Amino acid sequence: MRRNVQETSNTHTPNNFIFPKTPTGVEGLDEITEGGFPKGRPTLICGGPGCGKTLLSMQFLIKGITDFDEPGVFMSFEEPTADLSLNVKSLGFDLEQLKADKKLVVDYVRVERSEIEEAGEYDLDGLFIRLGYAIDTINAKRVVLDTLEALFSGLDNQGILRAELRRLFHWLKEKGVTAIITGERGESTLTRQGLEEYVSDCVILLDHRVIEQVSTRRLRIVKYRGSTHGTNEYPFLIDEDGISVLPITSLKLDNEVSSDIVSPGIPGLNDMFNGGGFYRGSSILVSGTAGTAKTTVACYFAHEQCLKKERTVYFAFEESPQQLVRNMRSISIDLEPHIKDGYLQIHSSRPSLNGLELHLLTLRKIIKEFKPTTVIIDPISNLINVGSEQEVRSMLVRLIDMLKVNNITALFTSLNKQTENFRPDLAEESVSSLVDTWITVRDMEGLGERNRGIYIVKSRGMGHSNQVREFIITAKGIELLDIELGPNGILTGAARQSNELQRKMDEMKLERELSRKDREIARKRKVLEANIEALRNEFESAEEELSLLRATEELQEQLAGENNKSIKKD
Amino acid sequence: MQNTNTHTEDTEEHKFLLFVSGMSVKSGRAIENLRKICDEHLAGKFNLEIIDIARHKEEAVHHQIIAIPTLIKLQPGVQKIILGDLSDTQKVLRILELNQ
Repeated sequence: MRRNVQETSNTHTPNNFIFPKTPTGVEGLDEITEGGFPKGRPTLICGGPGCGKTLLSMQFLIKGITDFDEPGVFMSFEEPTADLSLNVKSLGFDLEQLKADKKLVVDYVRVERSEIEEAGEYDLDGLFIRLGYAIDTINAKRVVLDTLEALFSGLDNQGILRAELRRLFHWLKEKGVTAIITGERGESTLTRQGLEEYVSDCVILLDHRVIEQVSTRRLRIVKYRGSTHGTNEYPFLIDEDGISVLPITSLKLDNEVSSDIVSPGIPGLNDMFNGGGFYRGSSILVSGTAGTAKTTVACYFAHEQCLKKERTVYFAFEESPQQLVRNMRSISIDLEPHIKDGYLQIHSSRPSLNGLELHLLTLRKIIKEFKPTTVIIDPISNLINVGSEQEVRSMLVRLIDMLKVNNITALFTSLNKQTENFRPDLAEESVSSLVDTWITVRDMEGLGERNRGIYIVKSRGMGHSNQVREFIITAKGIELLDIELGPNGILTGAARQSNELQRKMDEMKLERELSRKDREIARKRKVLEANIEALRNEFESAEEELSLLRATEELQEQLAGENNKSIKKD
Repeated sequence: MQNTNTHTEDTEEHKFLLFVSGMSVKSGRAIENLRKICDEHLAGKFNLEIIDIARHKEEAVHHQIIAIPTLIKLQPGVQKIILGDLSDTQKVLRILELNQ
């Protein structure tokens, strides 16, 4: 037990030196602290009331026992043992069992000022002995003191107390236990009693704030001597599994990429991409104003993925799963079999139900458990209602990073305001820089009707069509229509139809005209031919007449000749 | 460790538990001061049990001891807990309601 902790001088740390750390077992926290709390040293966790200090430290102990086989001591100055057991039981921790297994000692130190008087000098040997006794009985490696500050309200002699606390932390270090000390947040200091003076190795601040009626818990590492660590404020969550912290992962953008193509599932839309679809693991944004069939596009994609036996998670922030299934059935997309087969999960909740982080954590959990290859969030813009634009953006960055790291294809829909411009509004633009493929569905209004058009704004790493394709939604589903080119550009809806009609009429007219001309020619030919025949007949009759005349004349001449002969003879 | 000094002739006798830790200076002083007070004011009508928590660690847990030395007055009247080496005699007497 009396193992001296390796004292490291921070200035001479060789490059290959790894600071000894104790994994906390709290999801996400080890990633931020790059391995856990400093091994064999005390860590201070401070924060306001109800921010999760006790829970975090309890989780540290319990995970230590269950995951790392390191027995622990919990010294509570605030809650009696029974209360503590009950409180954490709801989070699935069975303290009684651990105690029975000699893995955990919970000691409730009761300091009741009204019962205590002070007369003369004293020290806190009682506390030391109790703690030492608890540590030695189970050979504990982890210790939690929650919260030492109760001593300050229980004891008068602050001078003694401070000196003893200094001794306590020194003693803990000597004991070689990894300790957590919790402290209540003070007005201007980290802790009300300035505990941070004594515990200087690692200080973690928990915070619980409510912004626009939505509460968010945050964790920040104020200080971690001798180690690098994440410095941001990290949101964390308390749910039925205890605390999980959300690290901002993959800031390096070095995730693997795939060249696989996944199809959007809408015939015709595939062809608008030179590659025939999206890259696997890319993020796709489908944006548009209200009623432009964003959800339909998303459901088509979900349907297509499920047909290919890809696990898909659909977050619906506007419709309940049943509603979604029913609505999609009206356009011949049946999602129910996919749900039954276990390829599709639909999660519906109101975005304002939780803070942004909770949504993100829920997603994280689902990704861990369900291992989807496709995630659909419909619509992502509803989340903007929950937080400020900056928060949303930072959440989306994390979300997209998380999905990318897991090589999950993500499709987001985004509702944007109706603008006159063809380009979308700014809020959308802030999201759009994060996504790889951006498809916009939009209204095309005119001639007293509204038509839907779809086009690709961008598609990283893939050539794509520049056309705005009109599409219609019928009971059979989405149909992308062929381009109808009018004199003033592409035509849609009624204009398309009237144009088609016009064209058809023109064609028919032309045809009729042609056949009329043909007939006329035939007629003319007939007339001419008849004329020719008549002339020929005339000619023939004339010829005949002439030859008749000629014969008559010849006859007369002959007759005349014979007459002359006979006259001479006579 | 028990170091009792019993004279049971009065039900209203004083009953004390004194928690000390090994041979620490403060512990020694507390024992000394308490004996002095008892001898002067209680004249044998007391019951004192001295517990060394360094040896009987579980006693520290059982009696909720954090500071050493700690004196617990069990009777008469309400239980009183006094921390310290009891060098402030007047205060101790006042707390124990022994000052005439």
